Amino acid sequence: MKEFEYVITDPVGIHARPAGNLVKEIKNYADSKISITKGEKTVDGLRLMAVMGLGAKQGDTVKFTVEGGDEDAVVEALSAWLKENL
Amino acid sequence: MITIQGKGVSTGVAEGPLYFYKRAETTLRRYTVEDTESEWNRFKEAQQKCIDQLGELAEKAREEAGDEAAELFETHQMMAEDLDYEEAIQALILEEANNAEAAVTDTAEQFAEMFASMDDSYMQARAADVRDVSGRLLNILFGVVQGGIDSDVPVILAADDLAPSETIQLDKKKILAFVTEGGSGSSHTAILARTLGIPAIVGLGDQIKPEYEGRSAMVDGSTGQVYIDPDDATVDYLRDKRKQQLEYKQMLEELKGKENVTLDGQHIRVFCNIGSPEDVQAVLLNDADGVGLFRSEFLYLNCDDYPTEDYQFEAYKKALSDMEGREVIIRTLDIGADKQIGYFDMPEEENPALGNRALRICLNRPEIFRTQLRALYRASAYGRLGIMFPMVTSVWEVREAKKMCEQVKAELREEGIPYDENVQVGIMIETPAAAVISDRLAKEVDFFSCGTNDLTQYTLACDRQNNDLGRFFNPHHPAVLRLLKTVTDNAHKNGVWVGICGELGADLDLTETFLSIGIDELSVSPGSVLPLRKKIRETDVSKVRDELMDDLMGDGSIF
Repeated sequence: MKEFEYVITDPVGIHARPAGNLVKEIKNYADSKISITKGEKTVDGLRLMAVMGLGAKQGDTVKFTVEGGDEDAVVEALSAWLKENL
Repeated sequence: MITIQGKGVSTGVAEGPLYFYKRAETTLRRYTVEDTESEWNRFKEAQQKCIDQLGELAEKAREEAGDEAAELFETHQMMAEDLDYEEAIQALILEEANNAEAAVTDTAEQFAEMFASMDDSYMQARAADVRDVSGRLLNILFGVVQGGIDSDVPVILAADDLAPSETIQLDKKKILAFVTEGGSGSSHTAILARTLGIPAIVGLGDQIKPEYEGRSAMVDGSTGQVYIDPDDATVDYLRDKRKQQLEYKQMLEELKGKENVTLDGQHIRVFCNIGSPEDVQAVLLNDADGVGLFRSEFLYLNCDDYPTEDYQFEAYKKALSDMEGREVIIRTLDIGADKQIGYFDMPEEENPALGNRALRICLNRPEIFRTQLRALYRASAYGRLGIMFPMVTSVWEVREAKKMCEQVKAELREEGIPYDENVQVGIMIETPAAAVISDRLAKEVDFFSCGTNDLTQYTLACDRQNNDLGRFFNPHHPAVLRLLKTVTDNAHKNGVWVGICGELGADLDLTETFLSIGIDELSVSPGSVLPLRKKIRETDVSKVRDELMDDLMGDGSIF
């Protein structure tokens, strides 16, 4: 299991469209189970409504947990995607 | 003939049969199902159909409105197949033996409530997305044909109001105009109408009656009137009006790509005033030379707290890169007076128009100013930026502001962040003081931009928001125009260019005067660019200059 934290820089946070793009991205890593934590709440990264329900805004820190598959590669690819898009 | 009055939100005249938008009649029935497995399959089929429909809509939106519009429908698609959503419905059908319609309705409400209870207004609005997607699912389950227009001929479409998913799937070729019971100038229907260039009238309330279905009608978007069974005189009048409007529109279209030059060869730049990065599209569409006034207040008004440097940077960068190398002059924070923002926590003032506002706030609270200047200079690497300070009265204010610009540039250099060394720095001339000492101010800056609304108010000591003062508030007053001439003369002596960014810039009665004075740039709302270009191209300054200037500077026999 690998974890990393990310601070949201997108001015509107993870609302509908960015959340959709994030879930789409996470779908690419089918071998790993990826969950997202904000504060006390942890959700499955494949579940759009739950991800939106985190209500993560600009400046919020969210934690990504990757289990299974090539964890290192997933962490690297996912962080790069986040920096680019969120 | 029946005449009803609403609010016109998109101009134009249309003629055709009135037709009501057919929305699905869907009364929810709840019942216990025996064969839960086949009910679940019925849901899965509807879900697949829903996803397919949304996919088609996304493609349609991509063609009509671009990637961002398409992504919204793709997100709706993902909502329709979201596992939490699906599992909640599954549990209601398989375990509670609910019918699919009831299961979808209840689950939709549950998710919508979750969003509605979040403490973020944007997320609260997502409740509408959940309901929109679920409504589509329900329509499929109910066997409703997706709303379109059954008529073979184009119609004037009547509705209560239309949701975004409804407007996007309308067959646009069949719509001559929109008339709606509810809605406002910023409703989806109004925006769509303006994009399509067809008339729209909103806010008709119960004046628009079902028995008008199929009857011949005419609408006039500029007056907000709808005529049912119009008489011959009205038909003739409106057809004539439509013909004139079309001719005028065509004539303006032909002006695109042409120069802003007078008959005798004098050039003047025509720029636009805008209030957010989204307005850039309208600037490009109307073929303006640049943005002469980009009000930065929207960034502050849209936030609950001081906007961060990055947030501002992104907005400025977007406007600059979207303008594709054309000049963009951004005015630094201009609040105070009639524009107040809660979190600035400003003490109440006796005379806000003469109080702590605009550049004065920025110089008194340098931390706010510095954040904005850093964002501006960082964005300058992505286009042609000009920075303009509002509400200047003294030379020292300009020097202090420029010093802060130099500090910010030094910081960026040290941090290795790129910025444009050639950013033009200018000031608004909107106080009589600034106009009177414009010879000295001209030595400090690259350009002047005259804010005629405030300049008139301060010169005439006349509150522009007080309607009772109407006839005293006269922007054509020779005192105002003489100040503009003084400012222009002083600017040109010092190699500084002069623009006008107040509402006066679009006043076609003054275009000849501005050209005679020698103003270099007029910044107007996007819709005024082409009419102004037309006026400029019809003017021969050499023929009117002497007389106009004699009138302005003479002994007053003509005023």
